[in-house]
Amino acid sequence: MTEQLANDAPLPVLTPENQGFWTGGRDGRLMIMRCASCIRYHHPPSPICPHCRSTHVAADAVSGRATVASFTVNHQKWLPDMRVPFVIGLVELVEQPEIRITTNIVNQPVEAAYIGQPVRVIFEDHGDVWLPLFEPDPDA
Amino acid sequence: MKAYPEKQVVISGIGQSEIARPSDKSAMRLTVDAVLAAIADAGLTVADIDGIATWPGKMESDLGFGPVGVGELKEALGIELNWFSGGKETPAQFGAAINAIGAIVAGFARHVVVFRTVHEATSRLQSGLGTALSATRVPDARFQWQLPFGAMSASNWTALYAQRHFHDYGTTREQLAQIALTCRRNAGLNPKAIYRTPLTIEQYLDARMISTPLCLFDCDVPVDCSTAVILSHGDTARDLRQPPIRIEAVGSALRGRDSWDQRADLTSMAAFDAAQMMWNRTDLKPSDIDTAQLYDGFSMLTLLWLEALGFCDKGESGAFVEGGSRIALNGELPINTSGGQLSEGRAHGYGYLHEACLQLRGTAGERQIARPIETAVVGTGGGPLGSCLLLRKN
Repeated sequence: MTEQLANDAPLPVLTPENQGFWTGGRDGRLMIMRCASCIRYHHPPSPICPHCRSTHVAADAVSGRATVASFTVNHQKWLPDMRVPFVIGLVELVEQPEIRITTNIVNQPVEAAYIGQPVRVIFEDHGDVWLPLFEPDPDA
Repeated sequence: MKAYPEKQVVISGIGQSEIARPSDKSAMRLTVDAVLAAIADAGLTVADIDGIATWPGKMESDLGFGPVGVGELKEALGIELNWFSGGKETPAQFGAAINAIGAIVAGFARHVVVFRTVHEATSRLQSGLGTALSATRVPDARFQWQLPFGAMSASNWTALYAQRHFHDYGTTREQLAQIALTCRRNAGLNPKAIYRTPLTIEQYLDARMISTPLCLFDCDVPVDCSTAVILSHGDTARDLRQPPIRIEAVGSALRGRDSWDQRADLTSMAAFDAAQMMWNRTDLKPSDIDTAQLYDGFSMLTLLWLEALGFCDKGESGAFVEGGSRIALNGELPINTSGGQLSEGRAHGYGYLHEACLQLRGTAGERQIARPIETAVVGTGGGPLGSCLLLRKN
C-alpha cells in the first residue's frame, strides 16, 4: 500500500451530478461538467449550464494540467490523526482558468508551493471516491 | 434620493448575555438573558413582541453553532407571533435582521426580536475537536469541495484569500497584525471581553501558524454568548425608552458566485456586493462614517471589509491599517471598539451590531469614542456570506 497523501478527512456523498468528478480518477481522468451547446465548462457540477442554461451537459475529461492560484500551509490538526503540515491549494484549469479546484499540492516540500506554479493531477483511491490531488508538472 | 423603506425601521433595544469560555448556562438560558435584556432596554414588554428572527436557526448537526431556534424562544417566553423566520440561507448573519426589517415595513410585525446565540466554547470542549465538522462523509454537500482535502475550517478558506492578497498587493503580516492588535487594545477597555491582556507585535509574529499566512491571533475566539436586538417600526418611537437608532441602509446583495473558491476575483468576497448595494440606498458616503464594526472571524476578512465598503481602494487595506493609528479608538475610523470577535469573543455578527448601538448612544463606557458618533457601518460575514447595515442616530 502506498503512502496516503491526503488526510482521512470526510469524503463526499456521491450524487448524479458529482459522480463524474469524484470517480473519474478510477480511469485516471479529471472530469469536469461541460455544456454541449456553448462548449464551456462549469464547476461545481450542475445539471444545467449556468452560462447558456442548456441541459445538454455531461462530465468531460480535461488535461489535468492547472496553475496554482493560491495556497496555504495548514498547521492545525482539525482531526485527531491529521498529518500536518500539508498544503491546501486552489488550482485553475488550463482549459478554462475560471474553473478552480480546492485540492492538496503534494510530492514536493510544503514550502515549495507558489502562486503561478504549474501542476498536474494525480488521483488517490479512497474506495468509491478518487480524490484529485496535484503535484508539480515536470512538463510545464 | 428614493425613500428606501428600511429607513422606517429603528433599533429600539439591545441586550447581551454574559460572554464566557465556557458558560455554565445553557444556550437557551443565555438566549433568554439577552432577549429579556433587549426588551427591557427598549421599554417594551414581552407582550409587545410580535416577531422573532434568528440566524442560523436551530442546527441539530452543529449545536454549538446553531443551538437555539425560533420555536424554543417562542415557547420559553410565551410570545404570540405574527411573523417569524429562522435559517442560514440568507446573506450572512444579518440576514435575520434584514428579514425582520422587511417584515416590519411590510406590516407583518411591529416589534421583532432578532437574536444570535452561540455555544461553541461548550460544544468544542465536549467534542474535543477544533472544528465541529467530523464525520466519515461530508455532512453538508456545500462543503464537499473543501473538506476531503483537509481544508476543514474557514481559516483555511480565508487563508487562500489572504495569500493571494499578500501576493497581488504586497500586504504583510505586520499590516494584518494591526487588526488583532487594535482589537486587543480595545478589549482592554471592555470588562466583558475574553482576552484583555495587551498583545505585542512580537507576540503576534511569533505565534504559531494555523494556516499560512494566518496565525493563532488572526482567528476569533469561540465563546458561549447570546446577543439580541429589537427592531421596531419607527412610528412606535414615542413608546420607546431609548433614543432609537435608525436603519439608514441595508446591503444584502450576492452577485458573484455563492462559493468560497469559485468567485471571479480571489481577493474579493460577497461583502463587496453587499456594500455596493448599501451605498446605493443612502446619500451618506464612506467619509461620513464615524465608526465601523467589521467582521473579524479572521483578521483578513476585516481588511477585505474595509476595501468592500470603500474606506480604502481595492488592495490598499494593508497600507490603510499600517501602524494602526487610523483604525484606533482615537483614529479617523475606529473599528471593532469592543475588541471584536478576535478578543471580545465570537458573538458571531450581532456583537458588532450591539457595539455600534452602544457607541451611537454614547454608552460604551471606557471604550466610548471621544468624538460624537452619528453614523456607524456594521458588516458581517466572509467568503460567499456578506451583509451590512448602515446605522444613524435618529
